Amino acid sequence: MTDTTRPMQETSLRPQGPTGRQVFGLLGLVVAAVLLWLIFAQWPDWLDAILISKKAFLSAILNGLTLAGLYFLVASGFTLIFGLMRNVNLAHGSLYLLGAYIGYVVTDWTGYWLLGVAAGFIVLAVVGIAIQRLVFRRLEGDDLRQTLVTIGLSIIAADLMLAVWGGGTYQIATPEWLDGAVKLPVVTAVKSNGTAVYLTYPLYRLVVLGAAIAIGIGMWLMLARTRIGMMVRAGVDDREMLAASGVNVHAVFALVFAFGAGLAGLAGVIGGSALSVAPGEDVRYLLASLVVVIVGGMGSIPGAALGALLIGLAEQIGLVYFPTYGVVLTFVIMVAVLAFRPQGLMGKAR
Amino acid sequence: MSADADIVGAVAAGQAPGTAAAHVALAVLLVLYPLVASDFFLTQIGGYSLIQGLIALSLMLLAGYGGMVSLAQITIAGVAGYVVAIFGVNNSGVHGFGWPWWVLVPFAILCAALASSLVGWISVRTSGIYTIMITLAIATASFYFAQQNYSFFNGFPGYNGIPAPQVLGVNWRGPMPFYYLCLGTASLAYAAVLYGQRSTFGLTLQAIRDNPRRMHALGFDVTAHKVFAWFLAGVIAGAAGVLLVWFQGRISPGTISVGTAINVLIIAVIGGIRHPIGPFLGAVLVVLLQTFAIDIVGAARFNTLIGFVFLVIVFVSPDGILGLWQRFRPRAAREAWTPEP
Repeated sequence: MTDTTRPMQETSLRPQGPTGRQVFGLLGLVVAAVLLWLIFAQWPDWLDAILISKKAFLSAILNGLTLAGLYFLVASGFTLIFGLMRNVNLAHGSLYLLGAYIGYVVTDWTGYWLLGVAAGFIVLAVVGIAIQRLVFRRLEGDDLRQTLVTIGLSIIAADLMLAVWGGGTYQIATPEWLDGAVKLPVVTAVKSNGTAVYLTYPLYRLVVLGAAIAIGIGMWLMLARTRIGMMVRAGVDDREMLAASGVNVHAVFALVFAFGAGLAGLAGVIGGSALSVAPGEDVRYLLASLVVVIVGGMGSIPGAALGALLIGLAEQIGLVYFPTYGVVLTFVIMVAVLAFRPQGLMGKAR
Repeated sequence: MSADADIVGAVAAGQAPGTAAAHVALAVLLVLYPLVASDFFLTQIGGYSLIQGLIALSLMLLAGYGGMVSLAQITIAGVAGYVVAIFGVNNSGVHGFGWPWWVLVPFAILCAALASSLVGWISVRTSGIYTIMITLAIATASFYFAQQNYSFFNGFPGYNGIPAPQVLGVNWRGPMPFYYLCLGTASLAYAAVLYGQRSTFGLTLQAIRDNPRRMHALGFDVTAHKVFAWFLAGVIAGAAGVLLVWFQGRISPGTISVGTAINVLIIAVIGGIRHPIGPFLGAVLVVLLQTFAIDIVGAARFNTLIGFVFLVIVFVSPDGILGLWQRFRPRAAREAWTPEP
């Protein structure tokens, strides 16, 4: 008995109660439990009355997750470029849209969707290297001018894309093996004759989510485990020291820029297949990247994932439950984060 | 060399050489401009340039003296515009409370200034390059909100048929009165900025721009000074917003779109953000380009042209037209003084 009471006395002697980490962990567990119950339980009527229906709620969550995957793909390139080169690439939305158009052209021409995805990545990576070499190298060390230049580039790019592809809306054709819907093991309602109605969801969107998670894990492994990743992480923390220790920072910059731009192009093709390709999408995804990176923390990949999750869910839930105020919800999240953690949820204070 | 140093010193104090004479000459030119200008040049070029210059001036105040490059100035002008549309008179049959102009205009400008302070308070929590990101996010989110929301902003169509008031028997939307109204507002704002940059507040703000950490250590409230600069910029942008909505007679989400937000930055950067005359120079150039370049390159590719002009300016001269002028002028002056070898 004495053996078990002694540690308890010790903990009670500590001046503060549970640590912040413990509180957040507990909070996370409670939220997870509530979510699991919401997903698998049969909803009572009062809950249906509040949240419209279980089907609407779960669809909003799934749509939010898919959108978060897409946002993560776009924003992770943005945040890497920002973290390493300290310039806000305001042409990032244009890279997304250009990738989507290129994906459309290649898919339409060859008939292979995967070729379109590859083309979106490769062409935009080359474009990224070109921008890095021709523009950013010349304005090295002047962050504001670099950012201004990207604004100029985005204006020209938007206008030229309008000239080439016009103002119409395109939809990239997905291959047959990605079409159709899957039945998820989640019961949304039980009919009066006792048969359960399962939730169905488009397969393609689940694939988008899976691809985003896979790319995210791949990126994390590359950053955490490889030599190049080590250089990139070192560059985010202190690029001068990295250069001083004999690393060719320009090569690292070019590589990261190519990878970030390529990811934006890839996201363009994937997003253009799930949603649509039209002028104005560049601004939408630029806004998404900005907000995701502000919320998640500048230069942080896990931050981009967390920010994308929050913003994607907020946008879709807002769309279902308070249609004309959905943008405000996103905005409130951004302001709240800036008010309490100006460097972003996962960002480091500089 | 001493001529160079003199000019640098004078520019730092906000005074180009021969400033007073230049100001008088400029004022006379601008006041007499209606004598030679047609109605089109008076309103579409003159008045519109002055309005755009005012909005860009509010950005110049923040960027030049405070080091905060904002992309939300058109949003702040839009706040004043929407207030005029909602609480004044409009043809759209939504709201339109018909407040008299002498209540409406100060109220609209106050709303804009408060909105600006809010944007400032949000964005000064971070610094430097982040300000651009945050203000662009705010501008874009406001645009989407105005487009989706019908209960306040009347959604996509916005508000139409917003008249300028008739005061003292003058229709202030008539070409001549409207030009002088814009000119008066712009001169007032310009003079206020010139005065303000040498006031205690202006000098403190510039010191904070150069070294916030030291100013903080000296006991200055950095955040409060920055937010007050945002408030002042909001007053200027709000006045411009009122003029803009009278000029166009309508306001819609298109007025505060991302393109127009970036346009304000382009005007300020092309003109030069080191001196308050820069935004007006930039505005005249951009408005002239907008009006006449369409005949040269066609309406469709206008943005490519303006984008290239912007890129060239950013690459060649970070201080815009003013920077170009200052770069070549001292050399000419020095060459005149140096004897031939």
